[in-house]
Amino acid sequence: MAESRTSDTESADLEQFRNKTRAWLEANCPPEMRKPATSDADVFWGGRNAKFSSEPQRVWFERMRDKGWTVPDWPKEYGGGGLSAAEHKVLRAEMAKMGARPPLSSFGIWMLGPALLKYGNDAQKKEHLPKIAAGEIRWCQGYSEPNAGSDLASLQTRAESDGDDFIINGQKIWTSYANYADWIFCLVRTDPTAKKHDGISFILFDMTSKGVSTKPILLISGYSPFCETFFDNVRVPKSHVVGQINRGWDVAKYLLQHERAMISGMGERGVGRPLGQIAADTVGTDALGRLDDAMLRGQIARFDVDEAALAACAERAVDLAKAGQAHPAFSSAMKYYGTELNKRRYEILMSAGGVDALEWESERSKQGARPRAWLRTKANSIEGGTSEVMLGIVAKRILDLPGA
Amino acid sequence: MALVLTEEQSMLRDSARGLISDKAPVSHLRHLRDSKDPTGFSKELWHSFAEMGFAGLLVPEEFGGSGLGYVEAGVVMEEIGRTLMPSPFLATGVVAASALNRGGNAAQKSEYLPKIASGSLLAALAIDEGAKHRPLQTSLRAVRAGNGFKLSGAKALVVDGHVADLLIVAARTAGAAGEREGLTLFLVDSKAKGIAVERTVMVDAHNAARVEFANVEVNADSVLGEVDQAAGLLDSVLDIGRGAVASEMVGLSEEVFNRTVEYLKSRKQFGKLIGEFQALQHRAAELYIDIEITRAAVMKALQALDADVAKAASAVAVAKARAGTTSTRAVHEGVQMHGGMGMTDQFDIGFFMKRARVCEELFGDANYHTEQLARARGY
Ligand SMILES: Cc1cc2nc3c(=O)[nH]c(=O)nc-3n(C[C@H](O)[C@H](O)[C@H](O)COP(=O)(O)OP(=O)(O)OC[C@H]3O[C@@H](n4cnc5c(N)ncnc54)[C@H](O)[C@@H]3O)c2cc1C
Ligand SMILES: Cc1cc2nc3c(=O)[nH]c(=O)nc-3n(C[C@H](O)[C@H](O)[C@H](O)COP(=O)(O)OP(=O)(O)OC[C@H]3O[C@@H](n4cnc5c(N)ncnc54)[C@H](O)[C@@H]3O)c2cc1C
Repeated sequence: MAESRTSDTESADLEQFRNKTRAWLEANCPPEMRKPATSDADVFWGGRNAKFSSEPQRVWFERMRDKGWTVPDWPKEYGGGGLSAAEHKVLRAEMAKMGARPPLSSFGIWMLGPALLKYGNDAQKKEHLPKIAAGEIRWCQGYSEPNAGSDLASLQTRAESDGDDFIINGQKIWTSYANYADWIFCLVRTDPTAKKHDGISFILFDMTSKGVSTKPILLISGYSPFCETFFDNVRVPKSHVVGQINRGWDVAKYLLQHERAMISGMGERGVGRPLGQIAADTVGTDALGRLDDAMLRGQIARFDVDEAALAACAERAVDLAKAGQAHPAFSSAMKYYGTELNKRRYEILMSAGGVDALEWESERSKQGARPRAWLRTKANSIEGGTSEVMLGIVAKRILDLPGA
Repeated sequence: MALVLTEEQSMLRDSARGLISDKAPVSHLRHLRDSKDPTGFSKELWHSFAEMGFAGLLVPEEFGGSGLGYVEAGVVMEEIGRTLMPSPFLATGVVAASALNRGGNAAQKSEYLPKIASGSLLAALAIDEGAKHRPLQTSLRAVRAGNGFKLSGAKALVVDGHVADLLIVAARTAGAAGEREGLTLFLVDSKAKGIAVERTVMVDAHNAARVEFANVEVNADSVLGEVDQAAGLLDSVLDIGRGAVASEMVGLSEEVFNRTVEYLKSRKQFGKLIGEFQALQHRAAELYIDIEITRAAVMKALQALDADVAKAASAVAVAKARAGTTSTRAVHEGVQMHGGMGMTDQFDIGFFMKRARVCEELFGDANYHTEQLARARGY
């Protein structure tokens, strides 16, 4: 097909970008950073108290940060790389090809940043975005409460006006890494008389503020990555509200779209090796090189089909967004499928591992890495909105079904 | 390459949709079926198709076609899937055109491709012999005789077999069933002596035939590609066909889905629209997600075919496998959510269920392609 001249030069520029990027990554990504992290301790989250778990982790983070590639598509003025959507896609593809892990994981990057870029005022963007990009401040998310889970908008944490400040009282729960976070983005009720969606504000504050306390909760994986978070007369300037007072639900929903897109891709980088190979280690292969467990082989093959198809859909979702054709609720569709698929991945890994995958404590089992990771994936279809809630959103917002 | 249609491709879709929805809604298929139409499709429509450049969509411009790619062929197939229009487009416009274009010598191309583009020649690919798609199991024999070959054996599910002027026949010139070596493709005049065609009326009321070959003589010029070495060419042609059928299945699934969602918004029981029941809402949402994911996988496969047919096998396997499971789910849910109405012949939904079943068998079902992916990945 005849292509127009502009798209020819565009694709030539992109090819050049690809070559430069590949060469840079080859030269700068330490070999140790070219495989997935095997535990949470091996992930770099940044923050005031951040420690690097290894020298290669530090080197990789600093090199990427200096290029603005912890947040490649953010504007340069906020510490980003200023890449176009097409360039960002190329960078992601090249990183995926060499297995390069993200240099910095952060709720600031995945969730707060996009919300600030859209709803934040100038001062807020200048204050917070560069620190997120540089991994200086670690954020946590104060959405869920004991009585407000799926029905998030029924949240009760109150913020009462006191001059230029709000005084915040209440409790959050399931706040991931609240005990490590420096700041929190939090949903609070600023108008208890309004309808439930209309009296909520989105506010930012320092976790070292007087009156904030956290209490870790142990997960079934044996780790304790989240907390109950209590607010006892916490004083926060009104200037810390993002967007308008009482219009926080818009910000919250927009942020959730990004959170869901991120969670849907959590399985994307896989577990380093293809499932078929991992399974071969334990179940063996027949004379033709096929897994010596026909049913498991079929399960893996069906999984691989669905995983490849989902990857195509994730790519298409980004392209649709770029073309202005994306449905804003599509991230819920991706979140549903991506998390259910990731759970399938770990069921297969457990089945493939058999008895070897049951060990919970030992050097040999890397302290039960596989069963703990398996149990952790069960949260994927709960955190960020449950699978049932995602299906409800698709039914209502995309399919426009009645009464949903 | 972005996984969205370009402006040109969207325009192509709109013009295909315009023609097809106007001239060949599902009632068109119903009429062909009920009148036991001897041709099984509308020749008039096929001529309109040719005039609009669809018949020769994949034929290079030098042979009178439009020289477009597989993504564009998929766009047209998807629109065909929406109304289930019986059309020679798949067998002639996609599969035969690709076989001739990729495997033909100069003389073969200039003889056949212009006729395909003008809509004056119909062709059919004859490969499968048993109940399931197993191309390497080909055992129809072609033995050397004088300057040419003699073909003997039988083929099943030859799409458009009873109307085709030209048959593209997979035969075994050496080796045994199951081997890659020893396969040869032949271009055979459907009127040749020794050919017996039995039209098989299928569940979906689309064209298919059994074709028997009893010592059918063909000359050496009728070999398409290399003697004994057709496996590679056949893989390519089949992958192109798979991409096209997968597109039809996406169109079909989406149409069933849209009709079903409309029904959920109009049918009342228990004093409510049935679309208000969460049990149905969640299943509808899951189906929507399945279709979107499959659509992306099919686009990916078509783009991979456009980039390099020889490297597209895994993407095609993923696409056809997904198209199989997704369309099966779509038609099941479609019938189920229509309740008793879904079971009636008067209602169109059953036509989609029947066509989906045939598409699933065409060029390999979901199990076949899932197996192919496992083999390609070496486990
Ligand atoms: C590992 C992990 C990390 C998390 N991190 C954070 C965090 O950092 N910050 C934060 O704010 N929150 C966090 N969460 C909380 C998470 O967002 C909530 O758990 C989630 O929104 C579900 O709320 P819930 O637990 O109260 O469940 P509930 O809402 O009580 O749901 C219980 C069950 O009922 C179903 N259900 C509820 N409503 C409906 C409906 N309308 N239709 C059909 N089914 C329904 C649900 O799908 C679920 O299966 C985290 C959760 C986990 C597991
Ligand atoms: C082959 C055949 C033979 C039959 N024979 C007889 C017979 O001999 N005598 C006779 O009286 N009837 C007969 N029936 C009718 C049969 O009992 C009805 O078709 C059946 O009860 C469903 O009703 P409906 O078709 O109106 O579907 P609807 O009630 O309109 O249902 C449409 C869809 O909505 C779903 N739905 C409806 N309500 C809910 C809800 N509350 N929650 C979730 N989902 C819901 C249904 O499950 C279905 O998927 C026959 C039907 C068939 C197909």
